[in-house]
Formats: sequence, structure tokens, C-alpha cells
Amino acid sequence: MLNDQAHLNPKLFDDDIEQVPSRNGYGEGLVLAADANDQVVALCADLTESTRTEEFAKKYPNRFIEIGVAEQNLAAVASGMAAAGKVPFITSYAVFSPGRNWEQIRTTVCYNNQPVKIIGSHAGISVGPDGATHQALEDLAIMRALPNMVVVCPCDSIEAKKATVAIAKNSKPSYLRLSRSDVPVITTESTSFEIGKAEVFYEGKDVAIIACGQMVYRALLVAKELKEHGISIRVINNHTIKPLDQKTILKAAEETRAVVTVEEHQIHGGLGAAVAELISQNFPVPIKIIGIEDRFGESGEPEELLEKFGLTTENIKKAVLQVLRMKEK
Amino acid sequence: MTLPDSAIKHLELKANEIRQDIIKMLLEAGSGHSAGPLGMADILTALYFHILHHNPHNPDLADRDRLVLSNGHICPVLYTTLAHSGYFPVSELKTLRKLGTRLQGHPHRGSLPGLETTSGPLGSGLSQSCGMAYVAKMDQKTWRVICLMSDGEQEAGNTWEAVMFAGKNKLDNLVGVIDRNNIQIDGFTEDIMPLEPLKDKYESFNWHVVDIDGHNFQSIHDAFDLAKTIHSKPTLILAHTTPGKGVSFMENKYEWHGKAPNKQEAEEALTQLRHIEEAIRHA
Ligand SMILES: Cc1ncc(C[n+]2csc(CCOP(=O)(O)OP(=O)(O)O)c2C)c(N)n1
Ligand SMILES: [Mg+2]
Repeated sequence: MLNDQAHLNPKLFDDDIEQVPSRNGYGEGLVLAADANDQVVALCADLTESTRTEEFAKKYPNRFIEIGVAEQNLAAVASGMAAAGKVPFITSYAVFSPGRNWEQIRTTVCYNNQPVKIIGSHAGISVGPDGATHQALEDLAIMRALPNMVVVCPCDSIEAKKATVAIAKNSKPSYLRLSRSDVPVITTESTSFEIGKAEVFYEGKDVAIIACGQMVYRALLVAKELKEHGISIRVINNHTIKPLDQKTILKAAEETRAVVTVEEHQIHGGLGAAVAELISQNFPVPIKIIGIEDRFGESGEPEELLEKFGLTTENIKKAVLQVLRMKEK
Repeated sequence: MTLPDSAIKHLELKANEIRQDIIKMLLEAGSGHSAGPLGMADILTALYFHILHHNPHNPDLADRDRLVLSNGHICPVLYTTLAHSGYFPVSELKTLRKLGTRLQGHPHRGSLPGLETTSGPLGSGLSQSCGMAYVAKMDQKTWRVICLMSDGEQEAGNTWEAVMFAGKNKLDNLVGVIDRNNIQIDGFTEDIMPLEPLKDKYESFNWHVVDIDGHNFQSIHDAFDLAKTIHSKPTLILAHTTPGKGVSFMENKYEWHGKAPNKQEAEEALTQLRHIEEAIRHA
């Protein structure tokens, strides 16, 4: 059953639920963060409008820096600005930042421990027609592997806004993963958000589905549908991939003893891997990881691609039944 | 060599036909890039119908010239030119960016015959071209490598790493072409990140540089011919082009970098291109 305390969108299960790309929430959040702290600056690599950094650039032209098509420079200049006291947000598509500039992020941001905020828009297969070169499916893995890095993947635009405001204040290197295409708005302004704190959106005891990004919505649809078939599912919105909310996840493992993870990312190295590492070392239970099965994406419409690459409610249901069978053995 | 008028007219008509097909395919796709492809239609036409040593019926021809498209987002012009030269059916152009297509939103090597490499992420095409040209020299091959780049990607550090490498290794079998159209996504290049003096920069890295009007077939022909005579240096063709060439409301507008025309805009664009076609026929 839905967790009332999560204050989710009352239209959650309606067909006409509002859909907004999570990058829009970032754009709003950045302006809020900048209003609150005059040390916030933003740097962009020739993608100001599509990463939604434009509102900030208009409101604070003196705090906006255009870097051009130069993502390595983007990360390292930001590190220097952080060293000189600023809170820099750097924005591009996730394949380019943190894709192309990974080592600059590793050394100049993480090893230096500078509070640079890396905003990777256009992550996931739902980027659509641009095709595989522009669909970041490995970004969680490469960011999660870095010491000092905080990794957040919001489930909708409202959460993206809150996450933006939160990482502006956390004094740490941080990565925020965003979507290009429309995503159902499942939370409300009243839904609580805290970095490192996973939220139970749907209460249940038979199986736990741990998801991030727009997959949380699909997990909720599955929970509602299977409830009618007598299967009680707990849905956890795990927006922070690092640091992982060990308490909430291990509690779910102990109480349900069957876990499914869902993410719009390679099955290797992302949310599923993080959860499996935690569970297998502390409280081993059957687990199924749903994501992109070790391959590149392709051109197509977002919905067609989510379907083709198996990020569907059908597949989530199948995995739920599988882990249920595994735990019964 | 002066090209006969008939040859120039033939190329101009071909480029015009390619521009019309670019508009049609972008309309059908509903997304994609307009300005760059229209601006580079003359150079791609000259390459595939006049300059390159290649065989559409044998894309793997061992001694073919290698055409590397570094700025992969202008692939609508490459796809259209490849189709018109016979690499695959022209009818397939309408599948651009659709699920299951061989015409991916950005070029994917192996998806479609005639693509030497995958591209889209800017700034790495020249490095790959250097690798190919280096091997051609190692193995004493006669083929050339032509690397098409955008001006926007001259902002990428990777480009300059390759510029240095090519200069150091005297890759005179490599021809770089920059689509100098002065636009990128956020605005005009000289506002976003000034690139000038681009010619001097390449020359200081041991390149031979020729400035040309990228819409003049005689100049395009001459530049690639000249490159054959330059020894111990790679050649850069700095091609001054008009983004959106042939469609008045797209010309020199950076807003048209990454946008496809809607139905009404496509009709207007095609009307204008057909007028140009008539003018070429009656010249
Ligand atoms: C490494 C990298 N960073 C960012 C992008 C996103 N992007 C696509 S085209 C482009 C720049 C456009 O400038 P130019 O290549 O000159 O484009 P055109 O003249 O065709 O409009 C950018 C930043 C990219 N493709 N690759
Ligand atoms: Mg340009």
C-alpha cells in the first residue's frame, strides 16, 4: 500500500499524470541554490539551453561561464574555482561530463576533494533518437567508483530540484544524473528528500523493489498491480546511489528476503551492483538486477527504447516472481 | 585544372538534390540537425562524386580513401551522399533516427556501409584519422585520409593533440577539412570561444592551410588537388561555409544547429531549393 508519509502525487496512478523531464527540475533548483548562496557559479560546455542552465545564466550572467566544447577544461576549471571558494555546477550531457572528463574529475575534483557539482543530463536510454553515442548508460558506475563522490539519481523533476538545492550545500564532490525526456512526476513538494536517505514509497513485505530515476514509477505500477494478486511489494526510491542508505536497504532485505533492483543503466556497476554488494556481504537474499544488459543503445523514441531494452513493468513483474520462487526454495 | 562548366553544373545539381533530400529526411525524422548538413552538402558532393577514390559496391575496397566524419551530428548529409552514390537505397533515408534503422542519429560504424567510424562526441575524429594515415605510411599505402571537422570541435583539447601529432609525423596523406560556419549550439563561435586566427594556429603546428569558399566546386577541387602536392605536412582546408545554405531562414542561424524543420518550414525550404535548382539548370 502507498506510504502516506511520502506524500506522493495524488494523481500517481492516473493515466494523465503530469510528465516533466528531470533536467527541468535541475534548472529551477540551480536558481534557488544561487539565490540562497552567492558563491554558487555555473559553467557549461555549449549546451546551456538543453541542460536547462539557461535560467541561471539569464538571472546571474556574471556567475555563468561558457567553456565551449571542452569538457576536460570544464571539470578542471571548476576544480580551480572551487579551490578559490566557489561552489561550481558544471553541466553537459552525461556521456561528455562525466564521460569524457572522468580522470579530470577523479584527480582534480575527487582526490582534491573540491565541492564541484557535476550535472549529467541526457542520461539513460530514454535520450531517444540521438542514439547510442548520446545515451549515457555507464555514468553511475564510473562516478560511484570514485572516493569522495556523492551520486544522486532523482526519480522526477521535483526531486531533481530538491537534489540540486541539497548538493549545493553538502560541501562535497557530487554527481546528479538527469533525464532528457518526459518523466512522470510522482513526488510532491511535501515529499521529504535527504541525500543518503532512501524513501519507502510503497509498503510491502514479500519482495522489495529498489529503483532509481524514472524506474521508480514503473516499480510503483508493478506494486499496485501485484497487490491485487496478493503479492505485497515494498518500493524503495533509492535516489542516492552513494552513499547508499544501508539501514533502509538491509532492513528491506531482512523483512522481505527477496530483492529486485531497477535502473536505466548498465546492469554492471550501477544501482543493482551497489545494492548487491551491500546485501551479499551483510544479509544475503535472492536478488535480480534489471537494467541494460551489457550492450549499447540505439535510435528510437524513448518509450520504444525502454520497451526494447527491457525496462518494462512486464520484466519487473517477471523478476519479482523469480525472486519469490528463489526465496521459497 | 579548370573544371568544365558541365561538370560543375552536374555537381551543383547533385548537391541541390542532396539538400532537398536532407530536408525531407529531417522532416520525416522529426529531430536532427539542419544547418551543418546543408552547409556541407557541396563539399560532400564534391568528395563522393569527384574526389574520393572509393567504390560504393565495395565499401571495404582495400585502397579506398578513408573519409572520417568527426562532427557526427551532420550525418544527414553524409547518409544522403552515400545513398546517392549507391552505398544503399535512397528510399532508406526516411528511416533516419527511427527504431531499428541503419541510419542512427549519429553514425555507427558497422550499421551502414561506407561509414569508417562511429562519431557524435566531438573532437576525436582527427585522432582516428591520424591513426589511419600513420598506418598508411607505415605500410606504404597510397590512399588518403580525409577528416571532416566542425569549427565547434576546434574548442576540444583532443583536436589539438591530434593536430600536433599530425604535424610531428608529417602526415602528408592526411587532409583535414574544417566546416568554418561560425556557429555552434550556444551561439557564434567567436562569442562562445574565439578560434581565430585559426589558419595561423594550424600553420604553427606544421600544417599547410588553404582557405576556400566551401560552396565553390572549382575551389574545392583545387584544394584537394593541391593537398596531393604538399609534402611532409598535413593539409588543412579551411572551408568557409554558410550554415543552412540554400534555405534563407536557416542561413547563419545557430538556432538551426540541432533542429529539424516542421511541415510548413520543410515546404518553404523545398520551394526555395527548387528555385535554386531551376536557376542552376538555366544558367
Ligand atoms: C564532446 C562533445 N561535447 C558536446 C557535444 C554536444 N554538441 C553537439 S554539436 C555541438 C557543437 C556544435 O558546434 P559545431 O560542431 O560547429 O556545429 P554546427 O556548426 O554543425 O552547428 C555540441 C556542443 C558533443 N557532440 N560532443
Ligand atoms: Mg560550426
